[in-house]
Parts: sequence; C-alpha cells; structure tokens
Amino acid sequence: MANATDPHAASVTTASGAGDGTLTTADGKPLARALARSQGRARRRAFLLVLPLLAFILITFVVPIGQMLQRSFHNDGFSANMPQISQWFAENPRGTDIDEAAWTALALDLQASAEERSIGVVGTRINYDVPGTRSLFTSTGRKVRRGIEPPYRETLLDIDEDWGDPVLWGAMRDASTPYTGNFYLASLDRTRAEDGSIEMVPERQQVYQMLFMRTFWLSLLITGLTFVLGFPVAHLLATLPMRKSNLLMILVLLPFWTSLLVRTTSWMVLLQQQGVINDILVWLGVIGDGQRLQMIYNQTGTIIAMTHILLPFMILPLYSVMRTINPSYVRAARSLGATSWTAFRRIYFPQTLPGLGAGALLVFILAVGYYITPALVGGSSGQLISNMIAMHMTDTLNWSMAAALAALLLASVLVLYWLYDRLVGIDNLKLG
Amino acid sequence: MAVPSYASPLERVWHYAYLVLCGLIFFFLIAPIVVIIPLSFNVEPYFTFTDKMLSFDPEGYSMRWYDSLLTFGMVAPDGPRDASWWADAWANAKWVNAAKNSIIVGFFSTVLATVLGTLAALGLSRPEMPFRRAIMATLISPMIVPLIITATGMFFFYSNPCELLGLIGLPTNCGRLAGTYLGVILAHATLGIPFVIITVTATLVGFDQSLNRAAASLGANPRTTFFRVTMPLILPGVISGALFAFVTSFDEVVAVLFIAGPDQQTIPRQMWNGIREQISPAILAVATILVLFSIALLTTVELLRRRSERIRGITPH
Repeated sequence: MANATDPHAASVTTASGAGDGTLTTADGKPLARALARSQGRARRRAFLLVLPLLAFILITFVVPIGQMLQRSFHNDGFSANMPQISQWFAENPRGTDIDEAAWTALALDLQASAEERSIGVVGTRINYDVPGTRSLFTSTGRKVRRGIEPPYRETLLDIDEDWGDPVLWGAMRDASTPYTGNFYLASLDRTRAEDGSIEMVPERQQVYQMLFMRTFWLSLLITGLTFVLGFPVAHLLATLPMRKSNLLMILVLLPFWTSLLVRTTSWMVLLQQQGVINDILVWLGVIGDGQRLQMIYNQTGTIIAMTHILLPFMILPLYSVMRTINPSYVRAARSLGATSWTAFRRIYFPQTLPGLGAGALLVFILAVGYYITPALVGGSSGQLISNMIAMHMTDTLNWSMAAALAALLLASVLVLYWLYDRLVGIDNLKLG
Repeated sequence: MAVPSYASPLERVWHYAYLVLCGLIFFFLIAPIVVIIPLSFNVEPYFTFTDKMLSFDPEGYSMRWYDSLLTFGMVAPDGPRDASWWADAWANAKWVNAAKNSIIVGFFSTVLATVLGTLAALGLSRPEMPFRRAIMATLISPMIVPLIITATGMFFFYSNPCELLGLIGLPTNCGRLAGTYLGVILAHATLGIPFVIITVTATLVGFDQSLNRAAASLGANPRTTFFRVTMPLILPGVISGALFAFVTSFDEVVAVLFIAGPDQQTIPRQMWNGIREQISPAILAVATILVLFSIALLTTVELLRRRSERIRGITPH
C-alpha cells in the first residue's frame, strides 16, 4: 500500500514532460499546482481520519508510559525535602570531610522535614539505596521534631550512631540531586562505592542480571519449542485439502480464542501433583504414588504453559506462508534426483523462512513480557522480569526501581519490534 | 496429502510417523481446554477424575460448582429459590457482578476502540497518508509493549490524569480515573485498538478505491459514499475487529489489577483471586462457560471472514 504509485502523479510527469507549454485545468490554473493542492487536501483528509485515534493513543498510552519511565531517573523525594544538605553536597565534591556545616544542614533539614511530616518520603528514598535505613530517618524525625540543639554532630550520633556511616552519606549524596542513574545501576546489579566508582553488589544480592538472563533464555527456549511443535502442524495444514485443513484449523484457533486465564488454569489442573497427568503416570506404573512429579510452580510449569499459549502465534504466520509455496518446486527437486531430505532442506525450508521469522519474533516479543502465566504457575524459579516489576510496584513500592526495570525491558522489546517491522512489516501481522 | 507413488518404504514410514506426530501436537493444543469441561462437573472438590467419574456413575457428577457461581457472595444463599433469592443473587453474587462488570467494560471499550480504530484504518489505507509507517507502528504498539509496563504506566497516569497540565500552568488536580469505570474502559479500549486496526486494514487491502470515486461521480456526498458503499464492504472486517477488541477486554486482567477499584472486578479479576487464594472447581465451571463463549466467538469470526472474502471476490485459498 505504501509503495502504490499514485496514478495522478504519474500522469502529470508524462504529460508535462511530453507537452510543450504548461498544461492547465479547465478553469485556467496550471495543472501541476492544482494537482499538488488537491493531493495536499487528500493527505490532510487522510491524516484527519487518523488523528482522533493517534491523539487517544498518545494520551492514554504513550504519555503514561513516558511519565512512568521518568521515575526511573528522576526522584526528588530526598532533594526536595532536604534542601540545605543537598546544597552542601552540591558545593562540596565527593571525598570532602563531613564538617560541622554538613551536620548543621542535616540536623536542620531533618527537623524541618519531620515537622512537615515528609521524613517518611526522605527515608524511603534513601532506603532504596541502603536497605533498612527508612526507620533511621523516621525514628530520628520523631525525636527532633520539636527542635534540635547544637552540637548537631554529637546529638545525631547520640540518637543513632548509624548517622556516621559513610555508606549512608554516600547514598544521601547520590539522592541530593533529583536526577540519578542509580536505579539503572541497581537493575544491572551494580552499585556506587563510597568513592563514587561503580562496582558489583555482593553476590548474594545479585538478582536482576540473573532474571534478565532467565527471561531471555526461557523466551528463546519457548520460541524454539513453538517452532518445533508448530512447524509440522503448519505444514500439515498447508498441504491438506482446504476442507480438511479448515476443520483442523479449529484445533489451532480454539486455544487462540480461549481466555488466557482459562488455559493457565487448565495447566494447573493437569500438572498438579494430584492432577491428571500425575494420576495417569501412576496408573500406568511409570512412577510410584510416592514419587509424583513436581511439574508446576517451577520453571517446567512456566515453559509448558507458555509454549501452549504461544503456539498459535507461531503456527498462523507459518501456515499463511506455507500456503503460498508452490509444491512443484519440491517435485522438481525430487525429479532431479534430490532425496526427500535434501529437497526439504534446500528447497522447501528456505521458502518458509519469512513465516518462521514472523512467528519467531512475535512469540519471542510476547514471551519476554509475559506476566500472568509465570505469576500463577511459575513458583519462584519460573518468575520472569515482568513479575519483578510487578513486585516492586505492589510489594516493595520501589516505583523508581520498577520503572528502571520496565525501561530496560521496554527497550529490548522495542528493538525487536523495530526488527519485526523491518523484516516482516507490521502490515503483514495477521490474526487468525 | 497422500504419499507420492515414488516414495520409498522408509519415506512411507516417515510419513506416517509425521502424521502421528501432528496428531500428538493437536492433542497437546486441545486437550488442556477439553479436559476441564468434565472436571467442572466433579462432585468432589478435586482437580482429578474420581473413580465414580471414570465409571460414568451419575453420582460422580453434579452441578454444584455452577450453583456456587450464583451463591458465592450472596447474603442468604440457602433460602428458597424465589424472586427474592434471585434478586439477592443478581445484586450480591460475586461472579454475577463480575459478569456484569465485564460486559459493561467490554461493551463500551469495544465501541470506543471500533469507532476510532475503523476511522484510523480508513485513513491509513489511503495511499496519500503521510508518515504511514511510523503512525501504524505507534497505533499497534499497545499489543507489543508488555502488559505489565502498560499497566504500570496507566497506574500512575490514571491516579492523577492532569499531572502534566501543570507544565503549562493549569491546575493539576482534576480527580482520578483509577478506580472508575471510565478508567478501565479507556484502558481496555487502548489495548483493543491494535486488533481493530489490524483486521480492518486487512479488509481494506484490495478495496477498490474507484468504487468511492464512482459513487462521488454519481453525486453522492462523502457521508453517503461511506455509509452506502464503503461500510457495507468492510463491515465483516469491522465486526471481527470489534469481536477481537471485546475478547481482549473480556480476558484482560493486568490493567484491571492495577487500575480497577473494588467496584470494577471483572470475570478475569475474580478468576485471578480464585486461582491465587483457594482454587476450587468453581474456577473450572467459569472456565467451561468461557470456553463455550470462545467457541461461539470463533464460529462468528470464521463465518464473517468467509463472508468478507466472498463479498470482495477473493476465493478462499
């Protein structure tokens, strides 16, 4: 559609190229200009049709996501409520000794913030970088709310000697500007050392890199599985006579149209330890009653359920490409002496690649962002990066961290989406 | 597909193995959906076939889980089933309320998505549309962006939709969309729009623009042209797009988790609760109803697709 040549444009070039003198319309205007104007009008009219939806998507989708992503690098919970100490950090570079001015600024800010009851926000912000410090801020706040007397350093250290902790001061320095890259560092399992250099967090706390790796690895595995299972089925559907293949197609489309939660529930029913599959295995005598397989609430559950759910997304594009492959190419190869394997490998398979690329990219894109199925059947070893985002949103309430993880996930999905548009074209996206 | 006559014995064996393999994959696709249907009639609160069920003893089967869909959440579930009992079920039963919410949200979000999406698809299908590729990519993106990211963004935006107005000096407090029907409807419309765009633009491929020109040259104004010429031709595509949008809304749980309040619990939300807290075969009863629902939808869409191909003169390939 995008490449369709405009018949009017073509006729103008030939007409003005061949003619002598300018062609004019019936009312005497130069033809080229009249055409340009009418094409401009057509363009505007087409755009006006799209405009309401474009505005709608921008407001309800693009802006909200942008706003959310802003939280990943912008958090003024500390800097807005602790102005004096933030000022001190701005004036004194990293490595400066904490002098009396700094203690004064900190003490007065704490007192003011406690009075305004914003000390919880301040503590939460520092707590993101140094876990366990929120209570330090709130308990100190309760004690200094009514006023604080010099010497500030000694008073604060009397209240809690943690105030002397250089790690805490480093975190406060990082939080003293509203813009920070720390959430991105944290989502790559890195942190800032006291001197400002970037280092890995202790091994026991490294989770995010492992989760990203797991998400990509599982998505790759699921894409591979859908390919292995989807290819023969798509081939069968594409080579059967229309009447039969339409009937069998129902078996592919019904799962596609069935609620995601229903399909996830079915797998819970099937895979449970007291579920149907284990019962059958015990009945067949493959396993004893005491050694029922744990197939759910772990990675196996996630892999099986997601492969089942995403399989139609692989079969449908493969099928629509295989339908167009002319069978006489393979017959020609056979008649020229190729074995059936060679004919498949050299002639048939290369022609299916467009469908394979479309299906694989689509399955991978959808798998990388999956949330519901891993949350319900994944246990702890089957959780993906989306589940971590949800956890930060609803349990730890570290929204900036959730936003940073979401930004990284979104970036990888958008790269794949761009690739999909390049290789397949969004126009060719088909449903059912 | 038959084995060609020149096939070697090994190829014949391979061919039948291939057919068996395909059969197994079809079984893998369909069995999980079918197996929950008999299990939803289980008398016992188990997720497996009891001996009585396997011997087709009528005592092994019951409608108790379907009944519990009505009684769960009722004030007086044990009373006689008269008018007041039904009124109680209609007003208080959790699944009934969830169904009502799902239908309300599904209906309005579908209307919104279909109207906006069809207009946009008409514009996008015109050859003179500027920035076609970029705009199309933007409009399809709600389908591609992971739902959790969309839902998170909406969570913040819908709790204070006017926050950005502060940048141009307007008041930033104009109420909440989170926890309202409007909020859920807008969110679901956003998620359903890509499906409408995809199906309607697919219908418009091969749409003969000269039909519109013919109508115009015969004196029809643009409105008449649209309603008398364009619309009847693309209607099947519009309806299947609308069905896709409805199913998307009807099946959506992540956005509902993040932005709906206690009054907007939909069927998937209620299922989510049921699965996470105490999973009982009542879930399977709901699932069975939903499977029957999706069979009905699938049939409709298939019939529409064939009709559309027939009207547009495309022979089924």
